[in-house]
Amino acid sequence: MSDNENKGILIYAQLTRDFNLLEVVSELSSEAQKLSQKLDGEPVSTVVLTDGTNIEAIRENLKNSGFDKVYILKNEKFKDYSTDIYSKVILDLIREIKPSIMLFGATTQGRDLAPVVASSLNTGLTADCTKLDINEKGQLAATRPTFGGNLMATILCKNYPQMATVRPKVLQIENIQIKDTEYIEKNIELEDLSSRTKIVEFVRTIQETGITLNDADIIVAGGKGVKNESGFNKLKELAALLNGVVGATRGAVDMGLADSSMQVGQTGKTVCPKLYIAVGISGAIQHQVGMCGSKKIIAINSDENAPIFNIADVGIVGDLNLIIPELINELKNRG
Amino acid sequence: MKIVLCIKQVPDTADIKWTENNTIQREGLESIMNPFDTYGLEAAIKIKNNKDNIEIISITMGPPQAETVIRASLALGADRGFVISDRKFAGADTIATSTTLAGAIKNKIENPDLIICGQFAIDGDTAQTPAMIAQKLGYAQVTYVREILEISDSKIKVKREVEDGIEVIEAELPCVLSMIKPDYKLSRPLINGFRYAQQAEVPFYSMEDIGLSAENVGIKGSPTYVSKAFRPEQKQGGEKIKPETTKDAVSIIMENINV
Repeated sequence: MSDNENKGILIYAQLTRDFNLLEVVSELSSEAQKLSQKLDGEPVSTVVLTDGTNIEAIRENLKNSGFDKVYILKNEKFKDYSTDIYSKVILDLIREIKPSIMLFGATTQGRDLAPVVASSLNTGLTADCTKLDINEKGQLAATRPTFGGNLMATILCKNYPQMATVRPKVLQIENIQIKDTEYIEKNIELEDLSSRTKIVEFVRTIQETGITLNDADIIVAGGKGVKNESGFNKLKELAALLNGVVGATRGAVDMGLADSSMQVGQTGKTVCPKLYIAVGISGAIQHQVGMCGSKKIIAINSDENAPIFNIADVGIVGDLNLIIPELINELKNRG
Repeated sequence: MKIVLCIKQVPDTADIKWTENNTIQREGLESIMNPFDTYGLEAAIKIKNNKDNIEIISITMGPPQAETVIRASLALGADRGFVISDRKFAGADTIATSTTLAGAIKNKIENPDLIICGQFAIDGDTAQTPAMIAQKLGYAQVTYVREILEISDSKIKVKREVEDGIEVIEAELPCVLSMIKPDYKLSRPLINGFRYAQQAEVPFYSMEDIGLSAENVGIKGSPTYVSKAFRPEQKQGGEKIKPETTKDAVSIIMENINV
């Protein structure tokens, strides 16, 4: 691949609403350093869009992330995310610096933005990857689950940049090599920075512990076996004590016991927490697809033949109505 | 007002069996309408129930048997539909697929106002095709839409779910929406819907019919290709314990939640 003019890895740095860097950006940075070593040390850069009110915080947050270059692009119109505006600005940067690889976190924003950028350049984009590597020809080899997690596919790209979105919480952050980062701050003045969409309202809906389902290290999830609202309230109490959040199966959502934003599985969210406590969940394949990447799974179910036990690290055959309240007491006692 | 619905026929991924060579055992495998597309269809029907002069046109790209999902959409409330089918489409990635779908929309449907897609297809799971269709048509887009709140001749207001909450988004028409699971229950086909679905004419269009050329579709038009496919290691469960008392159960759990 030495005959192409595209060089280096560019990472899209998504910020939270309070200007912090998303965890997945650090995961991507760490991974990109490893990829760069296999590409004779090609530079790793990142781009962040801001309305300009938070530059100090952004610099601070990116300080030890191991980037060779940080592009901080400013315009007051960058305050809220907009597909139209953000894609236009990212496209201009790609055309200017010509990266060989461009990576995004597979967040709702990353998966909204990356396809528009890739389609504009008519280049390949591999979705929701769980592993990245450089092959013997120097190409990005992006591996992703497909067919509901039944099959893994390693995908290569013929055009440049080779693009991928990467699933959060899967790649490990390893010793990031601190670099002498060059900061490039630019005011972006484009005449046609208009957006055909606008956010007219935002309602935060995350649970009491202030953590989102995707970010949670601990998820306490309930299925049909939880049976009623008071059962789910117990799970909420347990999750709060563990500083985790509550998830649910499709069955529980359809019974009205949980909001659809809490649904884990094929038609809900895919999560990879450190600990997943499956309560009263039989473990249909559609549910397993969304949670089998969890580092540790504890299952509590009265049916000893429930399929969830096939994938649980610790399986407890027992009555959740007795175990959960007792577990809550125990945690309270230990304070 | 014209609403275009993009649907895909997918294998029921919960039911896949594999051959020794890691290929899908096609025999006995059930094909279904992608669940996320049923959410899109429902959203379109809801608009039609509340507004006059709405035409819902469902389209699919796939092998000839994909006609089934078009007829299913007609039974549920779509007004007409067609199948885009050609051997040259085989092996398309998301870029080639969106080129094909966008080409069919441009060529066969005059001035659509709204394009509705499912956010994901449960087989490919890329969630990329809708956004790429929007880019190829030059339309606005909103992804992760849970519900359509309002629609006028020039604007649409939708509820979009992101990681930390719900955004209400106003978008200019024409616009591409990709839908996730709604909070409301889905409707069932009506008896007269079934009859209509059986009798309706469902045209088939080839690559030439929609004005595309071979270098832009199928494997040739795809910048990505699969270099390797393999079955993931199946996660093996640990021990299954039947504790004698609740106290025992709790202490086993306590030992294991110190993460």
